[in-house]
Amino acid sequence: MTTAVEGPRRRLRAGRVWPPVVFGVVALLLWELLVTVSGIPAFLLPAPSAIATQVVASFPTILSTAAVTGGNALVGLVVGFVLGVGLALLAARSRIISELANPLVSAAAAVPIVALAPVFTTMFGSTTELPRRLVVAVVVVVPVFVSTARGLAQVTPVHHDLMTALAATPTQFSRFVRLPGAVPYIMTGLRLAAPASVIAAIVAEYFGGLQNGLGSRITSAAANTAYARAWAFVVASIVLGLAFYLAGLLAERLVTRTPTRREP
Amino acid sequence: MTPDTAAPVELVGLDKTFAASGGGAVHALSGIELRLAPGEFVSLIGPSGCGKSTLLRVVADLEQPSSGTVLVGGKSPRQARLEQDYGIAFQQAGLLEWRTVAENVELPLHVHGVAKAERRARAAELLEMVGLADFAAHRPSQLSGGMQQRVAIARSLATRPKLLLMDEPFGALDEMTRERMQAELLRIADETGAAVLFVTHSIPEAVVLSDRVVVMSPRPGRITDVVKGRRPRGAATTGGRGVDGARPEDAVDDVRESADFFTAVTEVREALRKGSQ
Amino acid sequence: MRTAGQVEPGRSPWSRWRGAAMAVAAFVLLVVLWELVKLVVPADGVSVGGVRVLPRTSDAAMPHVWTVLGTLFDPEVAGAAQQRSVGAAVLSGALFTLRLSLGGLLLGGVLGVLLALLMQRSGLLERALLPYIVASQTVPLIAIAPLVAGWGGKIAVFGQPWQPWASVMVIAAYLAFFPIAVGMLRGLTSPRAEDVELFRALACGWWTTLIRLRLPASVPFLIPAARLGAAAAVIGAIVAEISTGTRGGVGRLIIEYAQAATGDPSRMYTAILGAAVLGLVAAGAVGLLDLALRRYQAVAR
Repeated sequence: MTTAVEGPRRRLRAGRVWPPVVFGVVALLLWELLVTVSGIPAFLLPAPSAIATQVVASFPTILSTAAVTGGNALVGLVVGFVLGVGLALLAARSRIISELANPLVSAAAAVPIVALAPVFTTMFGSTTELPRRLVVAVVVVVPVFVSTARGLAQVTPVHHDLMTALAATPTQFSRFVRLPGAVPYIMTGLRLAAPASVIAAIVAEYFGGLQNGLGSRITSAAANTAYARAWAFVVASIVLGLAFYLAGLLAERLVTRTPTRREP
Repeated sequence: MTPDTAAPVELVGLDKTFAASGGGAVHALSGIELRLAPGEFVSLIGPSGCGKSTLLRVVADLEQPSSGTVLVGGKSPRQARLEQDYGIAFQQAGLLEWRTVAENVELPLHVHGVAKAERRARAAELLEMVGLADFAAHRPSQLSGGMQQRVAIARSLATRPKLLLMDEPFGALDEMTRERMQAELLRIADETGAAVLFVTHSIPEAVVLSDRVVVMSPRPGRITDVVKGRRPRGAATTGGRGVDGARPEDAVDDVRESADFFTAVTEVREALRKGSQ
Repeated sequence: MRTAGQVEPGRSPWSRWRGAAMAVAAFVLLVVLWELVKLVVPADGVSVGGVRVLPRTSDAAMPHVWTVLGTLFDPEVAGAAQQRSVGAAVLSGALFTLRLSLGGLLLGGVLGVLLALLMQRSGLLERALLPYIVASQTVPLIAIAPLVAGWGGKIAVFGQPWQPWASVMVIAAYLAFFPIAVGMLRGLTSPRAEDVELFRALACGWWTTLIRLRLPASVPFLIPAARLGAAAAVIGAIVAEISTGTRGGVGRLIIEYAQAATGDPSRMYTAILGAAVLGLVAAGAVGLLDLALRRYQAVAR
């Protein structure tokens, strides 16, 4: 049975893999050619080769700054994830809490949360990583809460009837039905929040505070007209973001035994 | 009367009205009188909206009656539910995808704090009874619709209830699977000696399964007629597995092909037509 | 297709009223919490092992809510001949940024929809581009904001010198583009195969199928995508203002006020408040679109 399923899928995969790869390679070559031949100034767009050279040259700095930004993103992600799931659980238990939390989260989804960075910096001081981690945590709470709340609300009527007929207590209902049913949604929230945490950690650096992360290196390199170096840090940011995304995706796949088809 | 000899279900003057969204009221059930004998198989049949599911849900304490007396094994429905005196199965199997088949069967025991070893043993016994012993470790989604419904029936039997409540459990299955499941259910009912209250909208299903077929009509839902069913009592088991390899299906198929069966089907059909006029 | 974070629209006027009241209560509670923290936590915060775990609560760090609101009416520059209040400055900054955000949203939205149409038309194009577009939603594209800042004054488009505000709008458009392209493509491909086959059986061309089936079907996907795009455009515009040093917008005001007022952070808070209101207004603009297209929202999926 497994081979029957895997055969066509593998063929499908091959058909899916080559167009983006070809596109990527061609785009890179065109970019290189365009920049070197037509002489696009470096401030507009440096050549990929120049960026690659800078990636190699600044590799130790890239590693250390990426570690700082990645660390902030990770701490904020974990804190925000715990807060988001916890708040959603409370909201599922109490109507008052859900009615209070929903408008706040809706508003937070529309508001540029990263602008809170200077607030946390004044409140906690500009010499610690805490303000940026808090920004990340607040950014992460939003998708995790929304996704978890949606999952907790997904109890089918038949399961509800069944648990009532079995005379299950509310706690048992949560433990046997509500929570396990919400797990795929919680993991979707984590998958959405993981890359957002990196973005928030980088952008928070643009608002001041400690200058030891990827974001501040991009700004300072650009200010020094070292554009290729700035792009090298952009590449590092992209790699970091992708790494978080893939880690989130992997966690989701590992935890949810049957992948849900529901897209957020 | 001690609970053991009490009627599994006794309804006297049962009325149920729902508040309608427009501010009015829907009269779902009116003046229902029904009494099941221990081990009796009773089907409720009628067009959609006749309140047959509501009746079953009142017995299961999933809905509250507006007036009248409801006794389940001589107790209030609420007490019967809290003491797990009945098992229940719905049209949807309602299995929990994050539990294995065996763990789904164990669920009622798990909820009531039965020790793990005992749960395991009981689940194995029940899966054996519904012919799914080999699938204990599977996920529900790996099973066909009919198999899932068998798991749901096994689950409803976990607490050894003297009463089974079934709300169109075979409604979503194809005809062939359905006939096989009917034979299985009859065998299980014989083996456990449980009384069954069975909601269906299939006339042949009601006739072949039941001791009595209760015909209902809509607006307001009431009992218009009671037809004697053609349940092959005892034949499915006593002759069943033991004697010369006869399958439980055989006794049921004999009934389905008898002229008497068609007489009963016609009788129910006419009762339905009369009730809806 | 509503997000779960939103209050379900109540059926009765009473439940709608209750929802609004609870929303107000939530924000009042937030203010109370702020004041409570200020009251309870010592002025210099609480540190555990050298790490401050509770914030500083002095007026220099956490001003009273009413002080912040009062600051709105203070003159922006003390003793200047032309008196403009801080509130007016924040308002004009927020409007400036709002224009750039909405301009970016529109530009990015149009490009996103066009690309989605192209990808729907050509399977090869979809397979070549979609992985990049999906991946781009997960990588910090905003990191390039300081780089686009370098364009200011150095290049010219059609003889017009490149304006700094144009950099801001380009970044806002760039960020809004990706979620809208993905959402639109998902919407265009959402009609069931039977429906598409019905149109084919009726001998309808690509255009008719597009206008009568695919576009209406994509509305429930486009609205949430536009909501994401609006939030992204606002963040993009604010961050771009900061990193390009574009004057006139609320993002720049946050930084200016944060640097200028070390002793009195109230002004910075007013600017952040302005940015928050800006985000809500942009979301409201998408809400108007939602209302206008309401009749397509009930399309059976």
